[in-house]
Amino acid sequence: MTDAAGPKPGLAAAGAVTPAEVEPIPLDEPTGSQWRDVWRQFRSHRGAMAGLMVFGVILLAVLIGPWLWPYDPTETDIRARNTRWIFACLALPWGEVGSCFLDPASSGLKASWTHPFGTDQLGRDLLARLMGGGRVSMAVGVAAMALALVLGTAVGVAAGYFRRVDGLLMRFTDLFLALPLLPLLLVAVLLFRDQLNAALGPEYGIFVLIVFGIGITSWMPTARIVRGDVLALKEREFILAARAVGTRDGGMIARHVLPNVLSPIMVSATLGIATAIITESALSFLGLGFPPDFPTWGRLLFDGVDYLQSYPERVVWPGLAISLTVLAVNYIGDGLRDALDPRLRGR
Amino acid sequence: MLTYTIRRIGIAIPTLILIALTIFLLLELAPGDPMAQVPLTVPAEVKQQMRLALGLGEPLPLRFWKWSVQVFWIEPQVFVDWLTRDSWLLGWLPDTNLYDGRLRVISWQTRGPVFDIIVQRLPQTLWVVGLAYVVGVLIAIPIGIISAYRQYSWFDNAGTFVSMIGFSVPPFFSGVLVIVIFSVQLGWFPSIYDTTHRVTDWDSFVLQFKQMIMPVMVLALQTTAQISRYMRASMLDNFGQDYVRTARAKGLRERSVVLVHVLRNSMIPVVTVVALGVPAIFGGAIITEQVFKVNGIGQLFITALQANDLPMVLTVAFIFAVLIIVFNLIADLLYGILDPRIRYD
Repeated sequence: MTDAAGPKPGLAAAGAVTPAEVEPIPLDEPTGSQWRDVWRQFRSHRGAMAGLMVFGVILLAVLIGPWLWPYDPTETDIRARNTRWIFACLALPWGEVGSCFLDPASSGLKASWTHPFGTDQLGRDLLARLMGGGRVSMAVGVAAMALALVLGTAVGVAAGYFRRVDGLLMRFTDLFLALPLLPLLLVAVLLFRDQLNAALGPEYGIFVLIVFGIGITSWMPTARIVRGDVLALKEREFILAARAVGTRDGGMIARHVLPNVLSPIMVSATLGIATAIITESALSFLGLGFPPDFPTWGRLLFDGVDYLQSYPERVVWPGLAISLTVLAVNYIGDGLRDALDPRLRGR
Repeated sequence: MLTYTIRRIGIAIPTLILIALTIFLLLELAPGDPMAQVPLTVPAEVKQQMRLALGLGEPLPLRFWKWSVQVFWIEPQVFVDWLTRDSWLLGWLPDTNLYDGRLRVISWQTRGPVFDIIVQRLPQTLWVVGLAYVVGVLIAIPIGIISAYRQYSWFDNAGTFVSMIGFSVPPFFSGVLVIVIFSVQLGWFPSIYDTTHRVTDWDSFVLQFKQMIMPVMVLALQTTAQISRYMRASMLDNFGQDYVRTARAKGLRERSVVLVHVLRNSMIPVVTVVALGVPAIFGGAIITEQVFKVNGIGQLFITALQANDLPMVLTVAFIFAVLIIVFNLIADLLYGILDPRIRYD
């Protein structure tokens, strides 16, 4: 026995002592393996991994940053107003750049290391405002996406599963798709802003309004995709089998339909965050979003446009934050779609 | 094809009416009062009479009916009169005098007909937005073709990246960014679009070109990003088909295989996407016009909204809706013409 096992100790040990170590072979774990495969596919998509990292960094910065950074986004310091950002030193003549970085005050440039990103016309620290604004923008993006997702999935599953309401719900979806959404969103914000502000306070009122506005105007693509998938699912044998053993509609949807349409829902969720962030910024940029003392990326961009010539950094940073976040989220969505749907790989 | 067309139009008209009603009801919920700016010294009963004079005292269905009559019956009369009287296209026809002086849709801001203002603003929007769309499509199609033909080449990867950027960078940032770079830093182009500028000679044409290039390019980037992706996907679908192998096997030159056989079949879905994208770009013009200070229809909408001018807001929003529906219809019909299989659904 020892002789036979001698040349191959590893094999014998594995076979005899620890069968658990052999377990992770995907075949033994049908539910876990799918997601592991998805993750493996996702990791091989370079753009998606880069997007995930960038998104993670931005998310960490806006979540943790405000605790670490000593300034408050709404705190005004009128003496330090209109400070340039520190890299404005690079515009100086070549010889003065070094001394400017060491001691910005001596070079005649209004810049300082206390406010490395500069301040606005009221002396509010731009870095603090960027991080605070990012929190709001992200929160709006995620909340609006969640609302749109719930609505879209509900409509899509109902339309795909119950034949009676299919025609009606899809006409309704088409009607929503034919609405001029941005104009109507602008109208809704302008019309209901004051009432909601009175009811919930100026910050939560507009937050609720914008989240609802974006949510109810962006559920339609999800609904259509989900409906299509549910219709295809309904023809499959396992649904027939489940029906044969007497599964009710509620249980059927919860246990058999929803888990199987999860992948298109996840992809629309990712892309939904991106569109929601852009829409919120667009509203703020048109002056119809959050109030000026409540920074979001779009609002910062809007405020910065007036000072475009002298202080381009006030426009560039918020815009870059929006674009990078959306770009990262779009790449994540791309990778996720490839990973979840093998037929689409390489498109 | 005729029944198909009739069926499509049959769906479009109720949708249009429903949308008009939706927008109308949304505005109806509005707490805004057109008399809010009237001084407080004006007595309440006078204010009430002013409201009545604006037509606000009537019940809701009646007002919707009157607005519909004005938009669908009276305004077309005015339009036909103008066509046969002043337009260069149909001006040779005998003058029709359909319009009999009934009330048109009146703006609360200017107390003039809403459509007159829209007609003044439309050319600016059409020039900038329309040209941007044409430029965007013209750039996108060759990019899509080359990307698909040389799939996974450096050109394809660069194209993917650029279109990702086009998707992700919103026009209110790309617009501001090009203003920072090309107007502020380099001083090449004006940052504000001057709509009173008239092209009379070469110099004024150059100026017009300079002031159009930035808004057109910003809008075109978005269009290019979308259309080039569709073009590429559609070309890739077709490259795998049997008829392509047949065409190559019978000895056709690669050029005519790609540019005649594959391209023509790939254009079918792309044409409909191009048609479907037109309304969206009008909506997007609201932002671009705000960035470059173009006084087009989007800017008109924003100012009307801020001034609480509900007839104007209603009418302009309705025009956006009409654009969406009309172009959806055009896309459907084009698809039906180009791909006969669609007609028999």
